[in-house]
Amino acid sequence: MDEVTRAASGAETPEAPATSEDPVAEPPPVVVRRIRRRRQGSVIAGVTGGVADHLGVDILRVRLVFVLLVAAAGAGFAVYAGLWLFCPIEPRGVERRVPPRERRQGLGLATLGVLLAVVLSGLGGQLSGWVVGPLGVVLVGVALVWREADTGSARPAGDTGWRSRWLAGRRLGLLRLLAGAILVALGIAAFLLGNVDLSQVQFGLLAALATLAGVAVLTVPWWMHLVRELGAERRERIREQERADIAAHLHDSVLQTLALIQKQAGEDGAGRDVRRLARSQERELRAWLYGPPGGDAGHPAGPGDATLAAALASTAGEVEDDYGVRVAPVVVGDAALDPDTTALVAAAREAMVNAAKHAGVDEIDVYAEVESDVVEIYVRDRGCGFDPDAVPDDRRGLAGSVRDRMTRHGGRVRLRSTSGEGTEVGLVLPRRRGATGVASPVASEEEAR
Amino acid sequence: MSEPMSAGTPPEPVTVVVVDDHALFRRGVRAELESLARRTVSVVGEAGSVDEAVAVIGHRRPDVVLLDVHMPDGGGAAVLARTRPDHPDVVFLALSVSDAAEDVISVIRAGARGYVTKTISGRDLADAVVRVRAGDAVFSPRLAGFVLDAFADRPGAAGVVDPELDQLTRRERDVLRLLARGWSYKEIAAELVISVKTVETHVSSVLRKTQSSNRHELSRWASDRRLV
Repeated sequence: MDEVTRAASGAETPEAPATSEDPVAEPPPVVVRRIRRRRQGSVIAGVTGGVADHLGVDILRVRLVFVLLVAAAGAGFAVYAGLWLFCPIEPRGVERRVPPRERRQGLGLATLGVLLAVVLSGLGGQLSGWVVGPLGVVLVGVALVWREADTGSARPAGDTGWRSRWLAGRRLGLLRLLAGAILVALGIAAFLLGNVDLSQVQFGLLAALATLAGVAVLTVPWWMHLVRELGAERRERIREQERADIAAHLHDSVLQTLALIQKQAGEDGAGRDVRRLARSQERELRAWLYGPPGGDAGHPAGPGDATLAAALASTAGEVEDDYGVRVAPVVVGDAALDPDTTALVAAAREAMVNAAKHAGVDEIDVYAEVESDVVEIYVRDRGCGFDPDAVPDDRRGLAGSVRDRMTRHGGRVRLRSTSGEGTEVGLVLPRRRGATGVASPVASEEEAR
Repeated sequence: MSEPMSAGTPPEPVTVVVVDDHALFRRGVRAELESLARRTVSVVGEAGSVDEAVAVIGHRRPDVVLLDVHMPDGGGAAVLARTRPDHPDVVFLALSVSDAAEDVISVIRAGARGYVTKTISGRDLADAVVRVRAGDAVFSPRLAGFVLDAFADRPGAAGVVDPELDQLTRRERDVLRLLARGWSYKEIAAELVISVKTVETHVSSVLRKTQSSNRHELSRWASDRRLV
């Protein structure tokens, strides 16, 4: 909450002075406060506009500073190019109305900057005219190509920058790209022709071309790989998004309906059957939506790995299906399955079955807690209860499978049952040292009986 | 914390507004509450969207709002955010088909005083409504499990910043454990040899910590919700 409000006000502040000059401008939905180049009303790449937005100053001043920086040994060019490379363009849909005066000023200042660079370098005498001229041509060509690569790739139909009126459409984009490339090539050629004698140039040119071709051929597999990977990643992302949408939809419609069916089903035999079916469908759907069972309580179980929580959840599901009761396991912490914990789950299953068969209830609470030194599972029903001492010897369910199983693995059973109020079977299994726990709460008090 | 419902039925039934985008479900809850708990609970309004909920709650001023977690336009958390500032005395009880920790925790942290799943029986639901109205927190076993898990001191867990808020006392942990095992307040009180009122105090204090602690687990659950 705090984060959001802070971000929102952060987006507001740099925008405030800008709104005074273009009243329709809305604060862009930025989350992190960083420079974003303006999409509209830019002369070259919207860098100065972005800086002006970011600092909350007038764009004219920013442009002036850049022009002055150009005088400082061309630093303005470097800074501009750096910002262009590293600052993202602002998201679509930010409407600005840029006054024509501002545009004219921007265009004029950009020209002034270039002229200033040419004149100053000419005056300085370090670089003579035949270097500066071609260099200027190369710079213009680079700017053209960069600009096209920047915005041309996905230009929306409604984008009406001031140039778009006379340079609109994809073909013109291609033309601009071509023009830029030709300018760069011309600049380099002019530079080379003026500088070195022709035979050397021929050799150098050939060598460079050969190297380029060699590198291109050698790296073909990587390029292909890159392209394929990009495609795969994109497909994966789309699939993920689709799955999330389906999940949201299923969650809201189908799970709701299943819950409703469970509530409304009658108490007779048919009603119990319907409820059991709805329950089992709900469980399957949940497993599909949220991954394998046991993924609750903040420990999403990975596919195929056997943990106590996952085993307990599937066991509970089996008991639900077989006996038409509702078993809702709550698991705190988790542990890997080993022979001991497997036996524990089997004992818990026995206790659940016992409750489902004899207690006469349709809901059983199961709670498991994994601590660093002990694992406990409680199976509780609110059924008829019984007197443990009065159980005839032939009913070996609890005594046999549960108690024997637990003692064999070094654990114990705590049984409490009150006639008419229900039964709770507590299974306590001390953990061996070195047993791997997925998560082990330190709470070591062994008091909750 | 007012008295637990021991002194017979209160003179005025608890007024309830049901907020859920599924009309069928609203009707079901209403029918169930009206047939089972006519004297203690009375449904005074229904709403099927966030905007409707805000309007109905403002107009009817119910004691308790039964709130669906998943709705278009932001769900239960949005309703809580928009109505709680104006109506601090309205109590919210979340009702959801979801079992996901981030759903449960996020709606609790948005201000709901309890969480029950939609498969709860009508009688239990009426009981839960009366209890939240009386100032109790309603912790289903699952919610208790989530909270225990969130407050567990794992070796890798981030350090405790505010011990008052970021840790449960041993007694609170005991109470939560028994809640997670499906015990009632009365049974917990008898087991721990404390009064029912003390159990309620512990549960309320756990609720307060769950709502305002900045523990990593809690804020993570509350922030990265899978579904809207």
